[in-house]
Amino acid sequence: MNPPLMLRGLWAYRGFVLGSVKREFQAKYSNAMLGALWSLLSPLAMIVVYTVIFAEVMHSKLPGAGANAHFAYSIYLCAGALTWGLFAEIVARAQTMFIDQANLLKKVSFPRICLPVIATLNALVNFGIIFGLFTVFLLASHTFPGPVFFTIFPVLLVQLLLALGIGMIAGVLNVFFRDVGQFVTIAMQFWFWFTPIVYPAAILPPEVRSLLGWNPMARLIQAYQQVLVKGTAPDWLDLLPVLVLALLLCGFGLRLFRRRAGEMVDEL
Amino acid sequence: MGAIVVSNLGKAYKQYPTRWSRLAEWVLPGARARHALKWVLRDISFTIAPGEAVGLIGINGAGKSTLLKLITGTTQPTTGGVHMEGRVAALLELGMGFHPDFTGRQNVYMAGQLLGLTVDEIGRLMPEIEAFAEIGDYMDQPVRVYSSGMQMRVAFSVATARRPDILIVDEALSVGDAYFQHKSFDRIRRFRQQGTTLLLVSHDKQAIQSVCDRALLLDGGRLAKEGPPEEIMDYYNAMIAERENQTVRLNETQDGKVQTVSGTGEATVTDIALLDEHGERVEIVDVGAPVTLQVRVRTRAAIPRMVLGYMIKDRLGQTMYGTNTHLKELPLESVTADEEVVYRFAFPMNLGPGTYSVATAIVSTDTHLVNNYEWRDLALVFTVMNMRRPHFEGSAWLDPVIDIQRP
Repeated sequence: MNPPLMLRGLWAYRGFVLGSVKREFQAKYSNAMLGALWSLLSPLAMIVVYTVIFAEVMHSKLPGAGANAHFAYSIYLCAGALTWGLFAEIVARAQTMFIDQANLLKKVSFPRICLPVIATLNALVNFGIIFGLFTVFLLASHTFPGPVFFTIFPVLLVQLLLALGIGMIAGVLNVFFRDVGQFVTIAMQFWFWFTPIVYPAAILPPEVRSLLGWNPMARLIQAYQQVLVKGTAPDWLDLLPVLVLALLLCGFGLRLFRRRAGEMVDEL
Repeated sequence: MGAIVVSNLGKAYKQYPTRWSRLAEWVLPGARARHALKWVLRDISFTIAPGEAVGLIGINGAGKSTLLKLITGTTQPTTGGVHMEGRVAALLELGMGFHPDFTGRQNVYMAGQLLGLTVDEIGRLMPEIEAFAEIGDYMDQPVRVYSSGMQMRVAFSVATARRPDILIVDEALSVGDAYFQHKSFDRIRRFRQQGTTLLLVSHDKQAIQSVCDRALLLDGGRLAKEGPPEEIMDYYNAMIAERENQTVRLNETQDGKVQTVSGTGEATVTDIALLDEHGERVEIVDVGAPVTLQVRVRTRAAIPRMVLGYMIKDRLGQTMYGTNTHLKELPLESVTADEEVVYRFAFPMNLGPGTYSVATAIVSTDTHLVNNYEWRDLALVFTVMNMRRPHFEGSAWLDPVIDIQRP
């Protein structure tokens, strides 16, 4: 299948894609008495832990923070942790999407490209909720950075491409070699701690800090932190290599997917 | 609209000696193939004209399901291709890839969207789908609590909510109860009259013969035979019988009497005997002698309607004669559990010399899709000998009265 045909297939099955996103969201809470309220409560709890607990109870301070020093560490933490959460969720969903949907893949003929799109949209819905709550917090605590806030959307797009590229490759490989799923799960943990999300980059020894430039997620997370904590636009040139890498990974992932999609069903 | 053209279709699975060899094949340069191809289907070519109904027959593992998967496009062929025109609805195995955590209703929407219907259309069709599936409140329960029959009801109802140009059904209907089978076959027949092309996989002779214009027999991944359903079914049954005889012959040396028993087990044949005119058990019968086939049936569960059938086969597995109490209009209604029923079939043994076997079947209803409680092959083996009559050839006793005229 060539890319235009893939897109046409995706468009023809848009009802299925959107329906699947909606159903998965509903199914998650269908057995809970509070229902969809949980979709707000659990991210809210996370925000409260990151903000109130860290700022008020533990008095965590960010070295070198300016006027809004009181919440600076909380915002720093949220800026990194929430966006990392989106990244991690897409990768995790994508790497198991074909295995999880084996039943459907074996019985119904539909454009397989729908699955990564569904995985991404599902993760985006969850991210939208939690990031929306975080934005409300920013507004309420008078720490909203102003119009520069919107510069995080292009950064998010780059991150999305990166996550999709990695997720797609892991997803296809995982069908044939289940080790890939295990490996990626472990690798993601190390990656998380090698990215300055919980700690500031400044505390790293200089020789380690120079390695951070090779970590695409560190560049992306730093961009979010810069916008949300310092209130300045990200350094776009810094993100250019990440975009190139993301596009390369996406291209490779798509190629792998197209070449192995047929064989995949035989393996499931 | 509705034609299916299958040309030179073949499917092989790649078999790697170890997981590592797949990795090696992918990664190492030189592109040396490290897998062996296991062919499950080869050189399949046939054309189904719009509006035609074709039955696909074959033993388990013959490649029927794989062929349907290739036709519907869930699996990609290794060689050849399939060309179809029109809207296709396919019921492969159980369900339609239903998601166990979603409710029946949500799954109906999903399946409908996969069939190319919009949410509005499904919403409009929903009352009819619910009415046809007849599963009541279960519609709003997650599919994981469904029985397989209920899943099939929902799947069939969605797949056929709107008349497709091509309907492909893979044995799915055999999961349903007699009532639903009846109902779904009525719908299939109506679609046929309206011009839907039908491709049906079934082991059920009646289903194939009553619905299909033509049958295809798959054996060992190849198209073994193609023709009118009756002819193909007979050929298939003979093929099966031959295989069963072979397995029995192998086992017979061990304990002398081996039977192939299958079925759901609500009732069972506890004793079967051939009695002579004095009521004595016999194993050797003279040609033309009056005999009684006596079959004791014990029920393990209540059966709303019980029908006993038997078939007398020769040593090659060819059926000499077969009938059942439905055909004879003597079915038993509402048989309770743990009841013993004795059937006696009296007839003259008008068979030629040879050994014969009796197969019994306890079935439930009058539908062509038979619910099989117990099928017992080689339930009884007896020998017919010619003791009193002049020698004759053949396996039937068709003694003529001869009148010869000379000028």
